[in-house]
Amino acid sequence: MPEEAFRAEARAWLEKNAPAEMRDGGIGEEFVCWGGKRWKFSSEAQKTWLMRAAEKGWTVPAWPKEYGGGGLSKEETKILKDEMKRMKVRSPLESFGIWMLGPALLKYGTEAQKKYFLPPIARGEIRWAQGYSEPNAGSDLASLQCKCEDKGDHWLVNGQKVWTSYADKADWIFVLVRTDPKAAKHDGISFILIDMAAPGVSTKPIRLISGASPFCETFFDNVKVPKEHAPGVSAIVGEINRGWDVAKYLLTHEREMIGAGGGGLFATRGLGEVAAQEIGLEGGVLADPLLRAKIAQAEVDGWAFLLTIERMKDEAKAGVGMGAASSVLKYYGAEFNKRRFEIAMDSGGSKELEWEGARTNDGKLAKSWLRTKANSIEGGTSEVQLNIISKRILELPDA
Amino acid sequence: MPLVLTEEQQLLRESARGFLDEKAPVSALRKLRDSRDAVGFSRPLWKEMAEAGWAGVLVEERHGGSDFGFVGAGVLAEEMGRTLTASPFLSTSILAATALRKFANKSQQDALLPKIAAGEALFALAVDETSKHRPAQIAMRAEKSGNGFRLSGDKTFVADGHVADKIIVAARTAGAPGETGGLTLFLVDATAKGVAAERTEMVDSRNAARLKFDRVEATGEDVIGEVDGGAAVLDGVLAAGNAGLAAEMSGAAQAAFAMTTDYLKQRTQFGRVIGSFQALQHRAAQLHVEIELVKSVVLKALQDLDGNFGFAGITCSLAKAKAGEVAKLVSQEAVQMHGGIGMTDEYDIGFYMKRIRVAQEMFGDFAYHADKIARLRGY
Ligand SMILES: Cc1cc2nc3c(=O)[nH]c(=O)nc-3n(C[C@H](O)[C@H](O)[C@H](O)COP(=O)(O)OP(=O)(O)OC[C@H]3O[C@@H](n4cnc5c(N)ncnc54)[C@H](O)[C@@H]3O)c2cc1C
Repeated sequence: MPEEAFRAEARAWLEKNAPAEMRDGGIGEEFVCWGGKRWKFSSEAQKTWLMRAAEKGWTVPAWPKEYGGGGLSKEETKILKDEMKRMKVRSPLESFGIWMLGPALLKYGTEAQKKYFLPPIARGEIRWAQGYSEPNAGSDLASLQCKCEDKGDHWLVNGQKVWTSYADKADWIFVLVRTDPKAAKHDGISFILIDMAAPGVSTKPIRLISGASPFCETFFDNVKVPKEHAPGVSAIVGEINRGWDVAKYLLTHEREMIGAGGGGLFATRGLGEVAAQEIGLEGGVLADPLLRAKIAQAEVDGWAFLLTIERMKDEAKAGVGMGAASSVLKYYGAEFNKRRFEIAMDSGGSKELEWEGARTNDGKLAKSWLRTKANSIEGGTSEVQLNIISKRILELPDA
Repeated sequence: MPLVLTEEQQLLRESARGFLDEKAPVSALRKLRDSRDAVGFSRPLWKEMAEAGWAGVLVEERHGGSDFGFVGAGVLAEEMGRTLTASPFLSTSILAATALRKFANKSQQDALLPKIAAGEALFALAVDETSKHRPAQIAMRAEKSGNGFRLSGDKTFVADGHVADKIIVAARTAGAPGETGGLTLFLVDATAKGVAAERTEMVDSRNAARLKFDRVEATGEDVIGEVDGGAAVLDGVLAAGNAGLAAEMSGAAQAAFAMTTDYLKQRTQFGRVIGSFQALQHRAAQLHVEIELVKSVVLKALQDLDGNFGFAGITCSLAKAKAGEVAKLVSQEAVQMHGGIGMTDEYDIGFYMKRIRVAQEMFGDFAYHADKIARLRGY
């Protein structure tokens, strides 16, 4: 469909279907609809919006239609996103299923797995968690130990995961397990899908510096996982003992997501605008010259970063992209996001330090500021991204 | 417009790279410096560049140009940045060509653009009067005298000022320093009575001059754009110039970085290649990321100049600010990671540091452009 025709169609559809309450430009944790069996909709409008978007396939516009997607091209997806941003329409659904498992299944899943698992993700019915990290396997993820034994008609899983985001709210979890303890560390790993309701799965929330506890320890205690979740639907994604390929591919998607989050600056209000309001202008410029310099520098860098996200997408589309781009975006986006919240806190001064009370909406900015510190840790730390860039792109030798 | 080069632009890049590697590598600049060449670039080489369509990269075909557009010009500037090629490209083919094509009247265009495309006329743009770029502070006067003007004042940091045939000079026809209104751009013959040029030997061994104007006569026909309306002309011309400089610095930074990663893979200390030390790997990886950002802003600025010239000023400032900061950082890290050899004149890396230092200063450094962006954003 020609671009302008599609834009008109998208606009008309959004106009008709996006409820007014969902058009406040709300982004950020408190506005997200994560879906899942236990999801409590924040309003009737949130529910209606999810239903309508899912019906149209536009919770995952770029996925094929047969798996619950909209079957849109990259250009059309971009146009749809642009229009939603322009009309300040909230995203109908976000989830680890959409960001991470979906792309991995689309690439590595069997037809039966795609048909079985993707549509419930698209409709927001099943919420997924990510079971990668373990107490002794963080940056060195491939050293993971969570054990998975072949018991004929089922798999038996024993072990512990940690930092599992939203494990206590998830319905299912994708887990990296060791299926061959004798093989070299990257070679004995499999990627398995587990129902959190299965006996032996338990979670324990961990409290973060922001006060929230969005992540957990997850325990697998003699968990029996059927070989097939439904006839022909294997519990294992990809080949047995080749789970590392799936894991890495999924991580590139996670990293691009986190990296792109760093570009969120211009979606809302600019740092300069906020600072001008808090501190005031003198002679037409921000009254605090050193802060102004920091903001201007961040403005240059943030804008350059947004253009880089755009360029890398365009390059990928044109087939001229370079590998490991996700590490470039993850590294810079995470570091930049931390920087911009440091500046926002500098601008806010003592006011934003009020942890409780209506003036700060219970320390909303301070909590977000603390949350950003995880950006350079989650999904692979900044140091790990730099390792990847130096080895894969710059081809610098190992020690 | 996708942020990628078209096939045509890619071909231009490849042919430019082949040409420059063969005819104008860094050793050519070294030779010009060591022989204290009076011109500061090779005229025969410029002739060849003109034949290849480079001199007229921004000139329409009806005036004999190749009309590759600003992205094309940026591709060439970037490639010349890699090899640190000394040429009149910036002054003549970007600055003057932009001034003439975008702002001059038809008779000026018909007379001069073909000469640019043919490589027959060299231009210089004279703006700065103080050691930092502050165009609003221009004090040079253009007094009305009879039907014309009489120009008096001093200009500094004028690239190609001592070899140019024509000088485009910004002077005040009204208002006082500090005001953007009241500026006018004049086209002056370098041989006109009252014009004196002193070549200045710069850090980067490239061309610049100080110019003195002493009651130089000009007429209304020498004005580019409107009398008192020079600020708008200057904005457009400097936007193009800054995008060109940003592209050049992008190329220079990429080349200096490539030399550095090569060195990291060769040099052995403590029984291992120094590139295996994580302290150096991480610094190199950070430079890689920064250079990626530079490529994005440079291409965006050039595309904006092609697609939306009147509104390209802000992305050109963005490109210049970012490219300058990153190129400086890369050149500093490059020297450091080379150790002692990086400090020697014999090794090329120092030439990159020097050129980048000059290029980032020309027409506004980081602070100048970041300040401009901040003001536009209202803070
Ligand atoms: C908010 C948040 C949410 C998360 N959600 C999930 C989730 O849902 N599922 C999941 O599986 N995991 C999740 N994680 C875990 C995350 O992936 C790990 O924390 C991360 O990979 C780092 O591992 P680690 O915490 O063990 O740190 P370590 O690996 O112990 O790292 C400690 C420090 O050492 C550095 N370091 C380690 N190795 C190297 C090296 N080779 N070179 C240089 N420096 C090095 C690190 O960069 C870091 O600075 C989450 C983490 C956070 C903070």
